[in-house]
Amino acid sequence: MSIKQSLTLAIKSLLGSKMRSFLTMLGIIIGVGAVIIIVGVINGMTQMVMDEFESMGATNIIVSIRGRGGNRSVDIDDMQNLVDENSELISGMSPSITVSGAVVKSGSENLDTTSVKGGNENYALINNRKAEYGRDLQYLDCHDRLLNCVIGSYVANNLYGTAENALGNEIKINGRNFTVVGVLEEKADSEESSDDDTIIIPYTIAQKLANTFSINAYTFCAANKDVAIKAQATIEGYLYKVFNDSDAYKVMNMSSLVDTINDMTGKMSLMGGCVAGVSLLVGGIGIMNIMLVSVTERTREIGIRKSLGATPWDIMSQFVVEAITTSSVGGIIGILLGIFGCFALRSVPDLNPVVSIPSIILSFTISALVGVAFGYFPAKKAAALNPIDALRHD
Amino acid sequence: MIELKHVYKIYSDGDSEIRALDDVSLFVGQGEFTSIVGSSGSGKSTCMNIIGCLDIPTSGEYYLHGNDVSKMSEKELAYIRNKELGFVFQQYNLIPKLNLIENVELPLIYRRMSPSQRKKLAATALERVGLGDRLTKFPSQLSGGQQQRVSIARALAGNPPVILADEPTGALDSKTGKDVLALLKKLNTEGTTIVLITHDNSIAAQTKRTVRIQDGKIISDVINEDVVSTMENGRKGADLT
Repeated sequence: MSIKQSLTLAIKSLLGSKMRSFLTMLGIIIGVGAVIIIVGVINGMTQMVMDEFESMGATNIIVSIRGRGGNRSVDIDDMQNLVDENSELISGMSPSITVSGAVVKSGSENLDTTSVKGGNENYALINNRKAEYGRDLQYLDCHDRLLNCVIGSYVANNLYGTAENALGNEIKINGRNFTVVGVLEEKADSEESSDDDTIIIPYTIAQKLANTFSINAYTFCAANKDVAIKAQATIEGYLYKVFNDSDAYKVMNMSSLVDTINDMTGKMSLMGGCVAGVSLLVGGIGIMNIMLVSVTERTREIGIRKSLGATPWDIMSQFVVEAITTSSVGGIIGILLGIFGCFALRSVPDLNPVVSIPSIILSFTISALVGVAFGYFPAKKAAALNPIDALRHD
Repeated sequence: MIELKHVYKIYSDGDSEIRALDDVSLFVGQGEFTSIVGSSGSGKSTCMNIIGCLDIPTSGEYYLHGNDVSKMSEKELAYIRNKELGFVFQQYNLIPKLNLIENVELPLIYRRMSPSQRKKLAATALERVGLGDRLTKFPSQLSGGQQQRVSIARALAGNPPVILADEPTGALDSKTGKDVLALLKKLNTEGTTIVLITHDNSIAAQTKRTVRIQDGKIISDVINEDVVSTMENGRKGADLT
């Protein structure tokens, strides 16, 4: 009997008892659907996090200096030299100083949540924080220690109503009067404590406000994504030469962070896969169970077929093909369910499932294999039946 | 054609053993219409199973067309059942969810024949048994006698040299039983060798040769001269017209 005939027979037998076929497939349907939805949700989340990082700049290299006492240290000029010497790898650098516990005031208004950061003329470009109104900080602001600042949209809206009104106003930080020269592009819906609740001042002033002489955090910008790793290695090499101790500094690249996240979501996918795998296994056992029942029910038919010249292989292939058909049809319904589920979940905020083709292919393949694996045993049992006993079976 | 030589079939059940066939030797030549008669438990069914290659003897030899069947594998036996034998069972043994033509096609499917050829042969076989107008009916829509004729058509479809009929009239009333028997006689006159198993002496008396079996042994083997002569005459009559 050819595979095509076995297939026709299998489809007939599936359609012959629709309710039973559906219940048999249910395990596979749920298993495959779960794989696609779980993988879809994880993919969506990964995509979202990746986009976030991308916007933060995949080319950024963050350097923090811990120092090791003694007279070995680096200052801003050393860092600038590093950039100039490696201009093919590094396009720019900015110190980043956080003035912790800064008191921000304008008239009688007090802002408690606002973070104050110090940077140089490259800060806006490197951190993707360009001024939407007014201007960014410039070289002279830092060099001449001018009391100028660029404020986030939350600060502008809160103190002056709109961003345009903010320009030229004075704002008091730790008792000093700063002039607002720019307002940053909105990034986080102008919410309190968000990226929009921030003030950027020249690093030379920030140093004073923070009461530190040495700068211990810099952000470098690699010339492009492809050389980010190389640029990072160059910076590390330089710092090691200076400190002779790899604990004295830390160099971090966004792409290494991305690797970490990839690693994490990979593990999540694996866990989801395990859960789905278990449900596929249970589905497979369901199929095996029903196939065993089917072999018993059709013992007489098997006897008749054998008496008419069916070989053990003919009988076996008939039942295996039937099991594969059952599990594959279940797999296809499961895929449709999964795709439908992914689209349905799009309405849930912050959950943007992405249907992934590999997960469809994988889960379909597995469901077909489940059919082979769990159909084999009942099929073998059917093929091994003695024709006389089978014929006498009621 | 069919040749059993000192065939034993012994079922052992712990210490006791049952000799279903006890040194049976039998030869059935081509074109014969032989009945094997015995009461239940006599060993006639075992004999039929061995002749039908559904079972293999414990010891002894069985030649079908000169091939030693007693040493064949399951796969080779399946091939022999398909090519050399056609079965007619007491309970018809049709597959209920297949229609008549699909039922009759079955042995041809296992012979890996092309669908068009299969359909043609199956339809011809159904015509031969007088059911050519019901190809797409299902077995449950037919009477017992008609179902038995379908099973004869199925046995005929692959044109095997031998038809084995196991109590073919057992489940039928006497009128339809007679029709079925007449059909088998007709097939025999057309050249098919037929071996018929029955417990009914009146049926056995209508075959050309009767082999009587009891306690696993053949106790008599007679030619029914009158049947032979009528059937010969019948054939001559048919030839003349």
